Amino acid sequence: MVKYFCCAGLLKSNWDQVCVAFWQRYPNPYSNHVLTEDIIFREVTPTNCLISRRLLTKTSRAPRWMERYLPKHMASSAYIIEDSIVDPLKRTMTTLTWNISHARLMSVEERCEYQINPDNSSWTQIKREAWISSNIYGLSRAIQEFGLARFKNSVTKTMKGFEYHWWCIVGETPSRTLAETATERARETALAAKEKAKDLASQAHKKQYLLQPNPQLSLLPAQAALQLLCPLILLLQLLK
Amino acid sequence: MNSVGEACTDLKREYDQCFNRWFAEKFLKGDRSGDPCTETFRKYQGCVQKAIREKDIPIDGVDFMGPNKDKPET
Repeated sequence: MVKYFCCAGLLKSNWDQVCVAFWQRYPNPYSNHVLTEDIIFREVTPTNCLISRRLLTKTSRAPRWMERYLPKHMASSAYIIEDSIVDPLKRTMTTLTWNISHARLMSVEERCEYQINPDNSSWTQIKREAWISSNIYGLSRAIQEFGLARFKNSVTKTMKGFEYHWWCIVGETPSRTLAETATERARETALAAKEKAKDLASQAHKKQYLLQPNPQLSLLPAQAALQLLCPLILLLQLLK
Repeated sequence: MNSVGEACTDLKREYDQCFNRWFAEKFLKGDRSGDPCTETFRKYQGCVQKAIREKDIPIDGVDFMGPNKDKPET
């Protein structure tokens, strides 16, 4: 079962500037958890499209209530691949981003298409789609719902990071009102996601005392499930 | 930004500067006069691919834009 998400966004800058900013978006104040960024493949095709593969390393900050559930051996960083195609003739850019670590626990794939806005040729529209899936028996639905909530939070921060770099490139100060609004929205969404995670953890902890043993079932023990669930919450910052 | 290979960061920044200039001033304007960053890219890749192997990062075996092929909307 896969959770699907789709949204549209608008950047009030032209397509060329958006593409230039795309390659310079890191670092920015909204992605302090991105540790490294590397182009690991790039070439110009015979049809003059630029195809690239970027490798990102990201880490996440665990809330205090989650720390006691984190296994010590779990890696603190995650690897993400981003493939992209820039077509300067059609004026389109398509990107696909996905995690290549912890993928068995949860897979998050995001596809974006950047095109000139048909109503205003000096603006750029973004179509964003995401597919979130988890293979953990008994918890996949909860993880996918939570993943979706955190992904929506990450979209806001991604857009603000983009706008921040566009402002830097044109040499102006970002609008405080816009940045503050986005930060407030992101904070609210993150708080809701955190409360949901705490609730999920609490429910799983209670189940430990209520479940009757059944040799036919292959449910994960509650403690082991928590140890898997909490890093997944961290993974959901992958696409910020 | 830093590179995943600590020793590659300077090479990465040199390549990024060259690429960003070429991308904005030539590529997006349809100028196909050639890529001036080939040499800096070669040096950077030599370093970063070695770092990826040493850190055992699983980048192999995935087609370009591979995971999204035939992706359903659910």
